[in-house]
Amino acid sequence: MSLEGAQTFWYFNIFITLLFVMGAYYIIASFNLIRALIGLELLIKAVTLLIILAGYLTNNEGLAQALVITLIVIEVVIMVVAGGIVVSVYRNNHSLDTRKLKELKG
Amino acid sequence: MTTRLVRSVAGLALVSAVISVLIFRLNSPLAAVFELSVCAGLISVIFVTTISFTQRLTPERLEERRKQRFDKYLYLPIILLAVGILLLIFKPRMDFPLPPVPKEQDARNIIWHLRHIDLLGQILVILAGVFGVVILFKEPRK
Repeated sequence: MSLEGAQTFWYFNIFITLLFVMGAYYIIASFNLIRALIGLELLIKAVTLLIILAGYLTNNEGLAQALVITLIVIEVVIMVVAGGIVVSVYRNNHSLDTRKLKELKG
Repeated sequence: MTTRLVRSVAGLALVSAVISVLIFRLNSPLAAVFELSVCAGLISVIFVTTISFTQRLTPERLEERRKQRFDKYLYLPIILLAVGILLLIFKPRMDFPLPPVPKEQDARNIIWHLRHIDLLGQILVILAGVFGVVILFKEPRK
């Protein structure tokens, strides 16, 4: 990697790290299931940007785009299923508080 | 609570839009379009739909949760700020070798020829998601 590439990687890496820490903080600090999903989404976005950045720096943008498109499809499916699970949890427990999820049988 | 959740989702959509701009600047327009349309659009709709199925929490519980959160995790933003400043001061060199990969720049060719197995995986994942949602919302037999 050239010096310019390393600098580019460094500047984007700050943003990616911030996104990752924000997502982890959201998951840790919140007790709401929807907020946990938003934190997971932030983590996935950090990974997406990292893949694109790696493809750019290694001059393989096409491969990185193909991987990111696959990642986005998986991300959407995860969010749809997780949203359905959240609604089901709410119907059973009348709450989205993770501390009240003590009865997961069924 | 519902208003704050919707604000969070709006913030997420904004972050997604910013990331799509960055991806476009990194010479990946196809992924940027996917990010903007799917992540900023479709996922926001999914979140708002999920929030609309839930109801508002009581103000007492909201205040109690806010106090607990501030007491427990007040130090984390400070640590984050300190780490960011340290990283800005001590810029590490990231001059590491990367393995060679096939030099094919057109994303469409790569998707349809080089990584065509991924498409099969995507179809299977979508089908799994559809079946999962159908099972989650299936009405119990009487």
